[in-house]
Parts: sequence; structure tokens; C-alpha cells
Amino acid sequence: MCTWIIEKATLQGSAKGAEGWFELGEAAVYYDHPYHAPFDHVLTVDFAQDQSKPDHRVRVELDYDSARRLIASMQAALDSGVDAHPGEHEHDHEHVEVSAAG
Amino acid sequence: MYEGMIAETVTIRGHGGDDVRAYMARPLGAGPFPGVVLLHHMPGWDEWSKEAVRKFAFNGYVAISPHLFHREAPDAAPDDAAAVARSAGGAPDDRIVGDAEGAAAHLRMLPYSNGKVGLIGFCSGGRQTYLVNCRSTAFDAAVDCWGGRVVAADDQLTERQPVAPLSLTGEMHAPLLGIFGNDDRSPTPEDVDVTEAELKKHNKVYEFHRYDGAGHGFFAVNRPGYRPEQATDAWEKVFAWYGKYLATDS
Repeated sequence: MCTWIIEKATLQGSAKGAEGWFELGEAAVYYDHPYHAPFDHVLTVDFAQDQSKPDHRVRVELDYDSARRLIASMQAALDSGVDAHPGEHEHDHEHVEVSAAG
Repeated sequence: MYEGMIAETVTIRGHGGDDVRAYMARPLGAGPFPGVVLLHHMPGWDEWSKEAVRKFAFNGYVAISPHLFHREAPDAAPDDAAAVARSAGGAPDDRIVGDAEGAAAHLRMLPYSNGKVGLIGFCSGGRQTYLVNCRSTAFDAAVDCWGGRVVAADDQLTERQPVAPLSLTGEMHAPLLGIFGNDDRSPTPEDVDVTEAELKKHNKVYEFHRYDGAGHGFFAVNRPGYRPEQATDAWEKVFAWYGKYLATDS
């Protein structure tokens, strides 16, 4: 909606971009106009090693319903996965950091 | 009848004397042609913005769109540069003013310029158009296309966008054309009412066109929000405005 508001989440993991795999550092997330997807508004997730640099980056633009489905499926996969591997993620919430920037 | 244009990337001198990439298009011929500086929308210096530059050239203008996120990532693709800019809180207002003035100066130096330069911006560029038109005397006419946050509460101001452009209305320089969709939520019709009242209060020359059945960004042919009838009419309003204020003898 023409705002600069974004959510940010620190990440540990890997992503595969145009030049291969790279180490993830942060995701920027916002619901606003897309660059490419043919919708008026999308949920954009910019996975990046460093948000201050243009390289090592993967962008996903999802319409509202797609974003909701993805969130639900991620939650379900995490829940079932944790159930299948008990004891590995007892301190999950201590590692979660989300901040809003605007 | 022969028609032709040149469209290419050029480098201009922007805010702080920085080199800034810009996309420029002009009709072939000796001119003189009026100029237009186009401030692209928040998603970036994208294909649609460059199409709009060529549309102005097709209609007899030398048009230029500075890459407002160039500094964030000089050698990157425009979408990656936009992502970096967004993460940083957007392009700073001061820099936008300097880049817009630099683009206008670039146009006026061209041997085929008629000396007149208009400004137009879309989405965040609409807000920036309002802002630049209040802080600069470089333009002869301005067009704000659905700029959100011209009206902004204190908690919407940031370090990079520290002022509500509305508060600067008394300093507005060039005649302003406003294009808005009545289904838009940024700016809302109420925001547009507030802006219009402020322009009236300061006796500014302006003309607003507010379209029913249209929301935000209704010029974008690749989005569901495209409204062909309203967009066609509004483009005609834009060219009429520039025809009135940017013609050689105006």
C-alpha cells in the first residue's frame, strides 16, 4: 500500500539463488505491490544473506490465498516433523526473532 | 509520415553530485521538445516505468526516469536494488529532490529541449512529486498519480521520509494535476479531500480527477486493477495538462 513497512526475521539456513547455494541471514517480509507477479498486492518474502546487498537473494511473491496456504503448510510440516523427531526443538522460541521496521 | 524514437540508459548528475542511471526516451527530430521527469513507483525502476517513458516520447516529449534506488545497488538488477532500498526504509526524501532536479537539469541542457520540464510520479512517486514540487522550482507542471502518504500522521513519518508533503503545500511551485481512484485506500478519497482543501487554502493552481470504479495504480496493464476506460481518460488529462503548461509558447 505504498508504505515502507516491512517485517524482518533473522534466519539460519541456506537458499539457492541465481548463482547457487548461499548462507541465509535474514528475510524481509511485506504485503504490498509486486515487482513481477500479476496481482495488485502480494506477500513478498526476500530471502537474503544480507539485506543491505543485492546479491545472494531469492524473492517470492505470493497472492493472499497462496500466502495463507503456505503459512498453514509450513506450520503443519513443522508440527508433524517435530513430532517425528522429539527432543530436537524444545527451545525453538528462544531462537525466533522478528522485528518490524518502517 | 515517419515516426521514430531513441530510448536508452544514460547517466545524470543527481543529488550530491552522484552519478545516477536514468532511462531516457525522445522523439527523433530537431525539436524543440518539452521534457518530462518520471518518478517510478515503489516496486522499482521496472519495465512498466520504462514503457511510460517511451509513451511520453511517442507523444512528443523527451522523458527521463532516474533510477531512484541506483545507489543502493549500482550494478544490480532493478528488482534487487528495490529490495535493498526497501529494507533500508526507502529512498530518502532529500535524495529524491536532488535526483529530480538533476534529471530536470539534464533535460534542459539538451540541444533539442524547449526549456520546459514537467514532473510525474506514480504511487510513492506521486507522493515524491508533491514533495519535490513544494521543495523545488525546477518544474513547470506536475502530475501526482495516486501518491499515498501526502497526508501522513506523525507516526507514519520516518528518518528517510520525515515530513508529510501536505505540510509544505504553501511552497508548491508548479501547477498540479492529480489523478486518483475512488476505491484507493492509499490515498483514500478522504485524504484527497484534505489535500484539495489545502491546495485551495493556499490558492494553488491544481486540477484533480477522481475516478469511480478504479483503485490504486489503475494504469498498470499487467495488474487486475487496470481500468482501461479510466486510464485512457486520465492519460488524456495528463497530456492536456502538459500541453497547456509545457508547450514552447506557454
